Amino acid sequence: MDWFAVSDAEWTAIMLSLRVATVAMICSLPFALAVAMLLARGRFWGKTLLNGLVHLPLILPPVVTGFLLLLLFGRRGPLGAFFADYFGLVFSFRWTGAALASAVMAFPLMVRSIRLSIEAVDRKLEDAATTLGASPPWVFVTITLPLIIPGIIAGMIIAFAKAMGEFGATITFVSNIPGETQTISSAIYTFTQVPGGDAGAMRLTIISIIISMAALTFSELLAALAARRVTAP
Amino acid sequence: MSLTVEARHQLGNFALDAAFTSDGGVTALFGRSGSGKTSLINIIAGLLKPQSGRVVLDGDVIADSERRIFTPVHRRRFGYVFQEARLFPHLSVGHNLAYGRWFAGKSVGSDFTRIVDMLGIGHLLDRNPSALSGGERQRVAIGRALLAAPRLLLMDEPLAALDEARKAEILPYLERLRDDAGIPIVYVSHSVSEVARLARRVVVLENGRVTASGAAAEVLSAPAATLATGRREAGVLLEGEVEGTDPSNELTTVRVGRERLRIAGVSATAGSRLRLHIAARDVMLATSRPVEISALNVLEGRILAIATEEDGSIDVRVNCGDATVAARITRFSRDALRLVPGKTVYAIIKSVAIDH
Repeated sequence: MDWFAVSDAEWTAIMLSLRVATVAMICSLPFALAVAMLLARGRFWGKTLLNGLVHLPLILPPVVTGFLLLLLFGRRGPLGAFFADYFGLVFSFRWTGAALASAVMAFPLMVRSIRLSIEAVDRKLEDAATTLGASPPWVFVTITLPLIIPGIIAGMIIAFAKAMGEFGATITFVSNIPGETQTISSAIYTFTQVPGGDAGAMRLTIISIIISMAALTFSELLAALAARRVTAP
Repeated sequence: MSLTVEARHQLGNFALDAAFTSDGGVTALFGRSGSGKTSLINIIAGLLKPQSGRVVLDGDVIADSERRIFTPVHRRRFGYVFQEARLFPHLSVGHNLAYGRWFAGKSVGSDFTRIVDMLGIGHLLDRNPSALSGGERQRVAIGRALLAAPRLLLMDEPLAALDEARKAEILPYLERLRDDAGIPIVYVSHSVSEVARLARRVVVLENGRVTASGAAAEVLSAPAATLATGRREAGVLLEGEVEGTDPSNELTTVRVGRERLRIAGVSATAGSRLRLHIAARDVMLATSRPVEISALNVLEGRILAIATEEDGSIDVRVNCGDATVAARITRFSRDALRLVPGKTVYAIIKSVAIDH
């Protein structure tokens, strides 16, 4: 098992990947929930446009998305400058940028999962809650939200998995800096570019398989638990 | 208590233009499916906003399109029992019951126990709604609506999705609710027997319009043509007082004016008021008093009117002293017995055929 000794640099890449994917998943959740709600329930001008925009990262080559992020969120990009000036939040060539790129790439998947579960909610239950005195925000919190929890969990897990594996947009936007933006994927890529890097690439591959399987099992478990609570009669 | 409802609403090809008032008790909105009953009750609840209309409860203007008043559903405090119970699947029965109560700003107190006891659902509190039978689910839904302390209770065919046995299980609870709770009820139904049993006033809807309204006994005893549900269930509604029960034969004697009717299978205490719905198709006519016959109720009377015929049968209304009954007979029998208005006849009603 000597060949399986994970080096410090590899550990850094693993921890960074986990951090980037977790932050991407958690930070995009409120936005995904809001957009899913708008797309499922809203009737407004430009809904098709919003739907298209949300799905864009799914269709565009990841490198193009990365380049667009670089233009928008780079140091001199309009949004990048805004965040840097007002929140002290810098994206370019930082791990935060990797999280942003992963979040953008995973966003359509998360929205899709949540939107489907919102559309499956029986509006009649919400009407019933209203007649019992619940105002619209309360109906959302006490009825809609608990009923869509399985969809939210599924969306989060799929977003996490997508963020773990994200490569193209990340490397274009924030490059491949060991210790800052080098995730498992970029580390494997680096290993394959140098002679004798096969063993390292193999170690990271096995680890990413383990993480993916664990995430999947965990989501199945949560979904089963949630489904047991919300089975319709 | 007074309720005034006026609504005009266009839904595709269907136009609803209906108005009625109620002075408490149970008001039945009666009509066949597609007559606009559910739209009208949804307008009262606020779930449907009519193009124009008004809802006034006890002088409090809930909605008025002219004055641009529209109280949102959650502030109306109108309880609503739907045809399907619509229990929240992610909450236990107990939490379903407490749901509206929390928004009404009341704690789970003594009337929680009283209502739970009245509906007989105390043993279900920890269960999941999916583990309930149809009848239990509907009782929980009624309890949930009541516990929100409503000013008005709306019920949209609460028994329609249930089989006869479950209906019979819930009806006594609804009667108790009407008699004890003191909350005005608007009850949508297409069943004559439910309406006959529960309603004080009946509003008949047909194609979105009110075709008849008034006291239950009057409207339900009107000739078949005014009833939207079709001729099959047409008959008369009599109000009587229970005189006593013969326990060995399980027969109850009910006095209607000076007439006495014996009916089977009721549990009612002497002195209580009872409504009997006698369908015209269950009444026979004879020109001389029949002897050696199994039917227990034979009323002597005079023919008041003979309705025009429809597919070979006619409705004959017979005045028997204080009670008027209707009988559906064939044209052939009318001619064979030479029945004309004013003729003395005997109306024969089987004890077991009377709905109560």
